Amino acid sequence: MKFWRKPLDSDQIELPHGRVHIIINRCKGCGFCIKYCPCQVLEFAEEFNRKGYHPPIAVKPEACVNCGLCEVMCPEFAIWVTEDGNRGQSDGDEEVTNESGR
Amino acid sequence: MKHTNSQADRQIADGKHHPLEPYLRMDRIPHIWCSTCGLGTCLNSFLTAVRNSAIPRENIAVVSGIGCTGRTAGYVNLDSFHTTHGRAIPFATGLKLANPELTVVVISGDGDLVAIGGNHFIHAARRNMDINIICVNNFNYAMTGGQFGPTTPETARTTTAPYGSFEHPFNLPFLADSCGATYVARWTALHVRHLTASIGEALERRGFSFIEVISPCPTVYARRNRLGTGLDLLQFYHDNSVIKNGIDTRECDIRFQEQLIIGKFVDEEKTTFHDTMTGYLKDAVGEKYVPYVGPMEMPGNGD
Repeated sequence: MKFWRKPLDSDQIELPHGRVHIIINRCKGCGFCIKYCPCQVLEFAEEFNRKGYHPPIAVKPEACVNCGLCEVMCPEFAIWVTEDGNRGQSDGDEEVTNESGR
Repeated sequence: MKHTNSQADRQIADGKHHPLEPYLRMDRIPHIWCSTCGLGTCLNSFLTAVRNSAIPRENIAVVSGIGCTGRTAGYVNLDSFHTTHGRAIPFATGLKLANPELTVVVISGDGDLVAIGGNHFIHAARRNMDINIICVNNFNYAMTGGQFGPTTPETARTTTAPYGSFEHPFNLPFLADSCGATYVARWTALHVRHLTASIGEALERRGFSFIEVISPCPTVYARRNRLGTGLDLLQFYHDNSVIKNGIDTRECDIRFQEQLIIGKFVDEEKTTFHDTMTGYLKDAVGEKYVPYVGPMEMPGNGD
């Protein structure tokens, strides 16, 4: 995470870490989450979803700080974050829920 | 059986479902709103505010009228009421009078609330009915094809104003304030955190609260005015919104693609319709007056 000015107690504060969940086939590709993610975690995916939109994909999942802005901005209820406790063991794969249907 | 909000949250702790799914009628999702429309974001903010509030879900009723925003009542998994065009506030007033324990929220569009329902709006504000109004303003009648309405800014083009609208639009916070609303705020679909906090505040307080949400309409309003998609409009809100809490509401006119003044403008205490009625009639009628407290407390009910 980039700071405009390094906080004095930055070595004592542990950044929270979140895990992004995306229901690909519910997305309508508006891009709100991608544009307004403060840590630039998301990008448009190359492939299409079932509706024909490009859903977001977490390209930098380790940068997520569990702020939840994508969750509250998403008009389709297709993306949310959960607290990810074991940051050190993160293998870099975002959790993607492939819900069938909607 | 009563569910508290936290119990509902626990049902979705498996990480496969969106945390707001208990608050949505999932058989009706996906909703009909266009890609990059701000209505889904407004609904998301409202449901987040409901989830964060201490009010139990079965005490919240959502009323909406007709239009794109009017679809909201059909998507929320709360007691909801999809009413006739413009009459959301009278139905909400009736609900509140019949059961004063309910927290009644009207979520409807500008065309529904201040055009055809304008008269109901001013009188509910005048009486200080204890209801919460969330008016999603997209500056036109979007569902019927983008006709101009009482909130369309001057010179903005719509389907029925191909040379630009030449009417003076309503300044909704000023309208609500001058009619006696006790809580008036305006946010945009971009300011989700402020909006969620504002809705939460309105749910907790008593009296007529009015929250205007400026929302992009990518399919008709933005297309006719060549403003791009909803994402471009969110960027416009980002660049041109100024938060001025407590400002005189006469100063927050909206002009076409100019600076937007947002914030919480009015927050004051005033006795509500129900309190005034009960207090006044108790004095006027005397001993014989039995104040109405709700359907469950009336004699003969709730056995």
